[in-house]
Amino acid sequence: MFTQLTDSLESTLKNLRGQGKLSEDNVAEALREVRRSFLEADVNFAVTRDFVKSVKEKVLGQDVLLSVTPGQQIVKIIHDELVEIMGGTAKEPRLDGRAPVGIMMCGLQGSGKTTFAGKLALFLRSKRKKNPLLVAADVYRPAAIKQLQVLGKSIQVPVYDEGQGNPVDIIKHGYEYAKAHGHDVVIYDTAGRLQVDEELMRELELARDAVHPDEILFVADAMIGQEAVNVAETFYKRLNFTGVCLSKMDGDTRGGAALSIRKITGKPVVFIGTGEKLHEIDVFHPERMASRILGMGDVVSLVEKAQLAIDEKDAKNLTKRIMNNQFDLEDFLSQLRTIKKMGAIKDLLGLIPGLNKIPLGDINEKDMVHVEAALSSMTPRERKNPRLIDGSRRKRIAAGSGTSVQKVNQVLQQYEQMKDMMKKMSGMMHKGMPQAGVNPGQGEKFHPKKDKKKKR
Amino acid sequence: MGLFSVIKQGLAKTRAALLGEIKGILGTGKVTDELLEQLEEHLIRADVGVEASFALTDALRENALGKSLSQDQILQILRNEANRLLVDPPPFVLQGKPHVILVIGVNGAGKTTTIGKLAHRFKAEGKKVMVAAGDTFRAAAIEQLEAWAQRSGAEFVRHQEGSDPAAVAYDACEAGKARGCDVILIDTAGRLHNKEHLMEELRKVVRVMRKHDESYPHDILLVIDGNTGQNTINQTKVFHQSFPLSGLVVTKLDGTARGGSVLSIASQLKIPIRWVGMGEKIDQLVPFSKTEYIDGLFENAMEQE
Repeated sequence: MFTQLTDSLESTLKNLRGQGKLSEDNVAEALREVRRSFLEADVNFAVTRDFVKSVKEKVLGQDVLLSVTPGQQIVKIIHDELVEIMGGTAKEPRLDGRAPVGIMMCGLQGSGKTTFAGKLALFLRSKRKKNPLLVAADVYRPAAIKQLQVLGKSIQVPVYDEGQGNPVDIIKHGYEYAKAHGHDVVIYDTAGRLQVDEELMRELELARDAVHPDEILFVADAMIGQEAVNVAETFYKRLNFTGVCLSKMDGDTRGGAALSIRKITGKPVVFIGTGEKLHEIDVFHPERMASRILGMGDVVSLVEKAQLAIDEKDAKNLTKRIMNNQFDLEDFLSQLRTIKKMGAIKDLLGLIPGLNKIPLGDINEKDMVHVEAALSSMTPRERKNPRLIDGSRRKRIAAGSGTSVQKVNQVLQQYEQMKDMMKKMSGMMHKGMPQAGVNPGQGEKFHPKKDKKKKR
Repeated sequence: MGLFSVIKQGLAKTRAALLGEIKGILGTGKVTDELLEQLEEHLIRADVGVEASFALTDALRENALGKSLSQDQILQILRNEANRLLVDPPPFVLQGKPHVILVIGVNGAGKTTTIGKLAHRFKAEGKKVMVAAGDTFRAAAIEQLEAWAQRSGAEFVRHQEGSDPAAVAYDACEAGKARGCDVILIDTAGRLHNKEHLMEELRKVVRVMRKHDESYPHDILLVIDGNTGQNTINQTKVFHQSFPLSGLVVTKLDGTARGGSVLSIASQLKIPIRWVGMGEKIDQLVPFSKTEYIDGLFENAMEQE
């Protein structure tokens, strides 16, 4: 757990070791840190207050565990509590009601309703084998209907619209159209509105009462601040929405609103938007969100992405080759391609704890393209035996890959450095220093004497 | 309609004025740690942000801890500190013919609407205005801007969806000059500030415009959603690193959002807020004034009781 919060808790609590139980006095400062961290993550102030109170109750009287540091211990308690509040495991709306199942989108202007409607339609069509219909009921924003039509066309989902008509009628007719044309899901896109706009809120109620959608999804910008509570509360009171979608989760916001909205309305976050493209939608994982709010990075997503991209057999093979110092340019190339399969490097780094604070401007994706081009322009023989690559071959590779001889030199240098590093690493592994299954930091580190005894 | 009355109106709608609540806390008269903490919470609740909230209450802590002060005195200290934190924008003058304004921001902040409103404002001042559809990415963004151009009677430049925004900007500069426009407003696609390739695209737009004329764009305005929380600061910082921003536009302040983020940005980055967006109608954009903003927040609260 390499988090900012953990770090600051560590420094606040460093004198606690050996004090037995955590007491009111010695955690007060720590809890102030927690409060500040939550407020900085845009968790609502009242939600923060309640949360800190309940964490305090859980923390007080606990034994200071020997295996972990007190800071880690408190962060673990907070993390678990967060996961629990946000709903434990991932949930997805059940869409097995009587067809057509209705889904109505609602939310503030610019929160991402239209894009989400498109994403949801694509998700249901491709991942859940549904036959959705989109209904364009945002008659206020200029070109909103056109936007939905363009999106629908790009994902082969039909869009029902009546131009700038009455939104309630459009929704009603959309439902009838879906029924008549055998669509099993119908998604209503509605205009953005402020929760204090009485007229437009009334209109949404009328629309809901006209078609009784199975799901009403409240779309919120993940970057929303303290306002989240006012907005969500009113939308919930008026419409009784059934779930929440968080958009723009690919930004660098910590997304405390997810916690606030859940706490205030009791409704789960069901989907998150993770990019501008329509396939960039994901079901919500409370565990990951908890880590994010705490600034811990999203290791689970990273591991999942890696698992999708990496073939286990290949990985084992590669490890063997590295151990035997046989790492060649073929391996380099296949590594590069694996990383590419996992997605944009920047997105990946964002998932790694600690690294998500690095200014990502430094990483140049184009550079990777050049490296790959240079590697691809070598013959398999050259890749297996890089020593073959002399001056004239370098010229040929540079020309073939559209790069320069310097670039090719650079790639070869990079390779040499990697190989060197791997040699050192494998040397260490052969000596058997870190043993598999032992996580340093989980106890061993703090009891060096005991350790020695164990090792006979 | 001045900013003051608009803010007053907005706040009256909910009867939840920031300082109205603060006034409630101030009932005891004595400045204690507990009172400061409550104050802090109320400021944070208005999205003033952790840093700026602490700055405001620290001012009170230094000057008044343990003292008994009247409500007016306490509010005066807060007001002075807010006044110190905020930057009053220098008067807006057209620096060339055409004066070129590039409008940027994250997705859904309200860039296109802001451009429509700005075009309307400049038109009302008798200027010849051109708007350019530089958001070539989002579906139907071009049509959306076209509708605003028609409403405001501005000239309109567009390319195909998916074309290079830098080319659109370049064409707009050329066409605007040729047609004798006074102001050119260039829209861009929304982009999250942590997407390096999209930031690079924007840097290219600026580079290409400068190729046309070194002084272009005269203004780079960052549009910020008034509902956004602490991320406002990240957004502004990162955009500001790539391009020196000449001003901010804060949108959607017609709800219950109090736009406290303004104080955070101002205190950390010293970028002036130029305009404030208050609704979907074409005339609902008002120039920002520091005094009116502070008055709107603080005095309104006093008047409400």
